[in-house]
Amino acid sequence: MKPFADLLERLLYTQSRTAKLPQLRHYFATTPDPDRGIALAAITGELTLHAAKPALIRTLAAERTDPTLFALSYDFVGDLAETIALIWPPSQATQLPGLAEIVATLNSTAKPDLPAQIAAWLDAADPSTRLALLKLITGGLRVGVSARLARIALAEWAGHTTADAIEEIWHSLAPPYTDLFAWLEHRAPRPDPADAPVFRPLMLANPLETGDIAPLEAPLYRAEWKWDGIRVQLVSTAGGTRLYSRGAEDISATFPEITCPSPAVLDGELLIIRNGAVAPFADLQQRLNRKTTTPKLLRDHPAAVRLYDILFDGTEDLRGLPFDARRARLEAWHARNPTPLLDQSPLIEFRTLDDLEPPRANARSAGIEGLMLKRANSPYLPGRPRGHWWKHKRDPLTIDAVLMYAQRGHGKRSGLYSDYTFGLWRTDTELVPIGKAYFGFTDRELDFLDKWIRANTTARFGPVREVSPGLVLEIAFDAAQLSPRHKSGVALRFPRIARLRADKPHQEADRLETLMKLIK
Amino acid sequence: MPPVDTWLYPTPQGLYCAPGDFFIDPPRPVPRAVITHAHSDHARPGNHTVAASSATLALMRARHGPCPAETPLAWGEPLHHRDVTITLHPAGHVLGSAQIVLDHQGTRAVISGDYKRAPDPTCDPFTPIQCDLFITEATFALPIFRHPPAAAEIARLLASVALFPGRTHVIGAYSLGKTQRLIALLRQSGWNEPIYLHGALLPMCAIYQQHGIELGDLRPATVAEKRDLIGRIVLAPPSAIADRWARRLEDPVVCMASGWMRVRQRAKQGGVELPLVISDHADWDELNQTIDDTGAREVWVTHGTEDALIHEISKRGIKGRALRLIGYGEEEAA
Repeated sequence: MKPFADLLERLLYTQSRTAKLPQLRHYFATTPDPDRGIALAAITGELTLHAAKPALIRTLAAERTDPTLFALSYDFVGDLAETIALIWPPSQATQLPGLAEIVATLNSTAKPDLPAQIAAWLDAADPSTRLALLKLITGGLRVGVSARLARIALAEWAGHTTADAIEEIWHSLAPPYTDLFAWLEHRAPRPDPADAPVFRPLMLANPLETGDIAPLEAPLYRAEWKWDGIRVQLVSTAGGTRLYSRGAEDISATFPEITCPSPAVLDGELLIIRNGAVAPFADLQQRLNRKTTTPKLLRDHPAAVRLYDILFDGTEDLRGLPFDARRARLEAWHARNPTPLLDQSPLIEFRTLDDLEPPRANARSAGIEGLMLKRANSPYLPGRPRGHWWKHKRDPLTIDAVLMYAQRGHGKRSGLYSDYTFGLWRTDTELVPIGKAYFGFTDRELDFLDKWIRANTTARFGPVREVSPGLVLEIAFDAAQLSPRHKSGVALRFPRIARLRADKPHQEADRLETLMKLIK
Repeated sequence: MPPVDTWLYPTPQGLYCAPGDFFIDPPRPVPRAVITHAHSDHARPGNHTVAASSATLALMRARHGPCPAETPLAWGEPLHHRDVTITLHPAGHVLGSAQIVLDHQGTRAVISGDYKRAPDPTCDPFTPIQCDLFITEATFALPIFRHPPAAAEIARLLASVALFPGRTHVIGAYSLGKTQRLIALLRQSGWNEPIYLHGALLPMCAIYQQHGIELGDLRPATVAEKRDLIGRIVLAPPSAIADRWARRLEDPVVCMASGWMRVRQRAKQGGVELPLVISDHADWDELNQTIDDTGAREVWVTHGTEDALIHEISKRGIKGRALRLIGYGEEEAA
């Protein structure tokens, strides 16, 4: 349990992905089965655990500590699990079981016996292990490691395979993943997913700027709409049906209405479609990140998948075929298997690339983000290969906002104020923050911003500086949507800094009502 | 015997001993001061006459220049001044740090200054002194603060250095005390590589070395090439580690050595990637143990989280009082 606690503690403080990888590799290399597999499940969110309520651990702490001291301590720390981890009276350390044994015991212990069991573990642990235990038990690890990052670490550690190859079998595996580790350590062949409905790595597009389009030869490309939903993969095999997000997360339970009438692996865009019309992305967001769904959500926010591509027809792997041939197979499959919640994303007719400019420029309606250009002869390749698929987004919206707060960056940017919060005028004197951006500027501009922020700081809150209104930033963003969670009532999608407008007086920055008019 | 609070009490100018007409660690210049240790929140410049340990006086001279009249006191050497006897005993906080023992007409008060009970190779260890009144600090006076063994924290640091051979570990440490203790702890753990220092840390290290404390190969970080610092350990004041100064380092792992690092929000707020819980102050258990060791029936708390400590000692029948002296805990809050 201690190595797992050490890993969590380091991951918690590490912001950068590249710095997390050595920590994960080291843990997998030095921790035996089955603990490392259970840890892998815990950090990727695949661990099923009978979680305990915070009230249980609060009661435990109350039995062991002076209430006045606990209240003063909780006040100081601000986090219940951390307060208990730190205030728990030290005792003669006995041996704490490994992570796998703890998880197994948690799942097999009868509810009335749970408090005594947890207390016994807390007695045997040091403070950071106590905190890991309490976070595990109450179900809140939150260490910022995606499943994808964990698979990259596994692949790097093994040295003979790729994260994609692990991804392809991932969903046929279960904790503690001993067969996976055996393969990664050359002790066994790669686990055979057989007919399990596993995820296949997606093919991704490279961005295309308007200037880059001229050299492309129109007859070699096909054009499609780039729908503004989330990219998904629908997999149906003899072993079952799954819906996966772009990051290989199984979201079948979140969208139970999406089924597949016949075995296939399909690539498409998940959208909310009402009476044939695509709803704004904000509507889809209502349904994301939920473990299950409700009848009301299913009724009011009906999901569907708009198909782009077919990877497998039955058990036949089509990924080696050129795009045109796969498109024909997709159309044939769809004709054989008509179903209301799966439709095809149409191809856009064009003769010259100039023909595509008006539809792209006018694409701001109807849930469209822009255009996709795909080479007619490209096979379906994992990852983001150059020269095959291009995404040509509509031009971003822009607004002139005022810099309000800045925060220091991490890693290579750790000495620089590189994260910016900006706002718009609600009245002539009141600025409200509308978003944050931390890219879109050159190193020289970063240097300028950093100096400007230091010279114009009015207050400090930990790593954050408040600055006096004075610097205008031109912010580019893909869309604006209403958001009750933000003070301004609006949230930007994909905001970035387009230009520094040191020339513009800050009083002349945009007003909030201007942004409100851009909401779709 | 006069009650202690008739001859020793807090005033706006600081803690005042009336029969001796002197102040202890006064926040503003006074004619006569007795100083516990050389941190700037306890040792201000401008006092006319200063009594302190000779190491504290040396550190104060390096920081503020000489003061007009210095009275160096060895450990246990009594200084009879009017109707008060002043004696210094080690406090274990930093080099030269002292407890001040005041005897007046048969009663004894001990002013702890800042102190710790954990071993420290760079200063003499704290010795408990029996007294009627114990005046204690309370920086970490909550039961959530139990400092782990410093050697274990150094082991975590060295494990990180091994895990990230392509990065530079930069540790935030106060220039007086924490820096030298970290260096000594690193040497005890077998780290014999050169240790690179921010310019502000070098003068205090020199005084430690003059007092016979071995710190090994120290080099200025400022003149080193970025490349040469990869895989090295660099020490800098806390204000520099995540700021412009640290840009000279290659992809730094920002570490901070402080008792506050026990609390995650504190560590995250400072942008720290590797918090090291190493403190030069007594933790909760040490504070309580020390109060019991002195046998004092009355305890005054100079600064820190006094509510919890006063509540806890009241359960043992000890009378507690918060002095709420202003200005302490500012230079080095760790």
